[in-house]
Amino acid sequence: MGDNERLLVSLGGAALLLRGLKRGDWAGLAAAAAGSGLLYMGATGRNPLAQAFGIRFVETRDCGRRVEVVKSMTINRPAAELFAFWRDLRNLPRIMPHLRSIDVITEKRSHWIVDAPAGFTAEWDAEVVNEKPGTLIAWQSCDGSDVANWGVVRFAEAPGGRGTEVMVELEYEPLAGTAGVALAKVLGEEPSQQVEDGLRHFKQIMETGEVPTVEGQPRGPQPKTVWSGRLVPRSTVAPSRIISLRKTRYLS
Amino acid sequence: MKAVCWYGTQDVRVETVDDPHILNPHDAIIKVTLTAICGSDLHLYNGYNPSMKSGDILGHEFMGEVVEIGPAVTSLHIGDRVVIPFAIACGQCFYCRRQLWSLCDNTNPNAAMLEKVYQDSTARLFGYSHLFGGYAGGQAEYVRVPFADVGALRVPPEFNDEQVLFLSDIFPTGYMAAENCTIQTGDTVAVWGCGPVGQFAIQSARLLGADRVIAIDRFPERLRMAQQYGQADVINYEDSDDVVDRLRSMTGGRGPDACIDAVGMEAHGTTLAAWYDRVKQSASLETDRPIALRECIYACRKGGTISIPGVYSGFIDKMPFGAAFGKALTFKMGQTHVHRYMRPLLELIQRRAIDPSFLITHRVPLSQAREAYEMFCNKEDSCIKVVLTP
Ligand SMILES: NC(=O)c1ccc[n+]([C@@H]2O[C@H](COP(=O)([O-])OP(=O)(O)OC[C@H]3O[C@@H](n4cnc5c(N)ncnc54)[C@H](O)[C@@H]3O)[C@@H](O)[C@H]2O)c1
Ligand SMILES: [Zn+2]
Ligand SMILES: [Zn+2]
Repeated sequence: MGDNERLLVSLGGAALLLRGLKRGDWAGLAAAAAGSGLLYMGATGRNPLAQAFGIRFVETRDCGRRVEVVKSMTINRPAAELFAFWRDLRNLPRIMPHLRSIDVITEKRSHWIVDAPAGFTAEWDAEVVNEKPGTLIAWQSCDGSDVANWGVVRFAEAPGGRGTEVMVELEYEPLAGTAGVALAKVLGEEPSQQVEDGLRHFKQIMETGEVPTVEGQPRGPQPKTVWSGRLVPRSTVAPSRIISLRKTRYLS
Repeated sequence: MKAVCWYGTQDVRVETVDDPHILNPHDAIIKVTLTAICGSDLHLYNGYNPSMKSGDILGHEFMGEVVEIGPAVTSLHIGDRVVIPFAIACGQCFYCRRQLWSLCDNTNPNAAMLEKVYQDSTARLFGYSHLFGGYAGGQAEYVRVPFADVGALRVPPEFNDEQVLFLSDIFPTGYMAAENCTIQTGDTVAVWGCGPVGQFAIQSARLLGADRVIAIDRFPERLRMAQQYGQADVINYEDSDDVVDRLRSMTGGRGPDACIDAVGMEAHGTTLAAWYDRVKQSASLETDRPIALRECIYACRKGGTISIPGVYSGFIDKMPFGAAFGKALTFKMGQTHVHRYMRPLLELIQRRAIDPSFLITHRVPLSQAREAYEMFCNKEDSCIKVVLTP
């Protein structure tokens, strides 16, 4: 683990620990526990969280480490229908809210813009490299991507009329080093969580036609002091900083 | 509109809040005509659910009139008079298709949060904390009902609200608790807790053919109600040294064939074990106090059934699991699959096999919800069930 990464992790860990203790509830305790884990990791340079959070690091020749995410979910609809929804890539932002947009350029090529942790964005072109109708779709990012990634989604009939087992495998180079993944994961904006949420939204839309929500429902007047719930408010990150972060990332 | 909002332990307030809107295509908006406070609300009231947030609107037992429907709602019309099940179910997933409505896969917007705690996510509930969906509840003038087609039960005009309101939760809950006992000829069913859930469990056990029902509580008015409406034999556990011994001696030494825990995680007790649980719970070393559940296990006859409608939320301690295993007991539990029971139970009401309004001891306006919570929580004024009128 690099020194910068260690500092980042320690700071994030301390923030989580404090935030968790302040909340004083279960989610708070979980955050506090995660926070102290990150502090430990920052102090020792070891990474006990990777395993605890189900993050797998894959050593590669070129750029050091990659992260692999594997998630699956059973959806009570036929494989052909699920395949058709997914293959029309413009549908994906409907199920993965962190995907800001996907522009389909050609039959195989598309342009992706995603919201990354702490208010940053990342972009890349991707190409569908393999597809078998009703069975699988595989894609790969093209050269010059902000986040190099590769993935495949498979559709397999579940036993006894239980619908279709959908499995997503994703491999990517995390933004701001591997510790950034652990930190972002706890903050809820990490790809593994996003893939899982995305699969759940996919299931909800395919089975019921809607994603359940409580956004916009009434609630009682709020007392004045409440934790804002975000370490870096999105709106305060100036676009110029996003660009400079990208640059430094490539330099280091 | 006016709504009952949660602000902290034993702090509920009637506040003015925005009216709800249709947010999803299968939503409907209901103008609430009658709502009730449930024993489950007391767990929130007493601060046993850590995922409540200030200003959350409470209430999951309610009925009313449909005043607005989303574009995808097909079976309901403006003006329909409906009772709404407390659990929200999609009607399409594996669980809904198998009538396991409270296990619905698709209605919890905070599914990932619940999965961190339970490894799975279940149907979300109205007015029941963010772990269970963060859904605004029905102790209000209006409420938004998702998947309204799936849940809403239209009620015939010949019944007044008080006769059908409890189809939203406690009647089905008591009924499922009794059904889970798979009652056979000659069976004795013992019921811990003579609150609303216990009362319906007692009467349902009778309807399902139990030879005898034994009801356990410490409040005389609740025990009297169990005697009067459920023809139950009763045990006041404060007057008897040992409930388990008492049950044994009342059943020829066999023990009840089935035991229903209609008490749940906030059980009261006077024994050493009860104090142990109290201390551990207040030190957050244990989330639930399983006093009644332990007694159920010890009292039940070999090969019998433990049915648990009482709510547990986290971890329990000192469970006599060896006794449960040794006696080969069957455990059945969970949030009620309300949707499954609404129509059949409405028929029971129609046939006059039961009139659920027997339960109501207090009728108050919604504006007095604060006082009503306090009274129901402390069992003041012989309160057994409060209904609130917006
Ligand atoms: N499974 C479900 O879907 C579902 C639905 C509704 C309610 N509930 C749960 O059912 C339980 C009862 O609900 P209620 O509305 O009847 O609540 P309630 O609080 O009115 O009733 C509980 C009763 O249990 C009695 N009691 C407490 N400790 C006892 C003990 N050690 N032995 C015997 N009796 C004891 C109390 O005196 C009280 O009368 C609660 O836990 C509630 O959350 C579950
Ligand atoms: Zn209830
Ligand atoms: Zn469902």
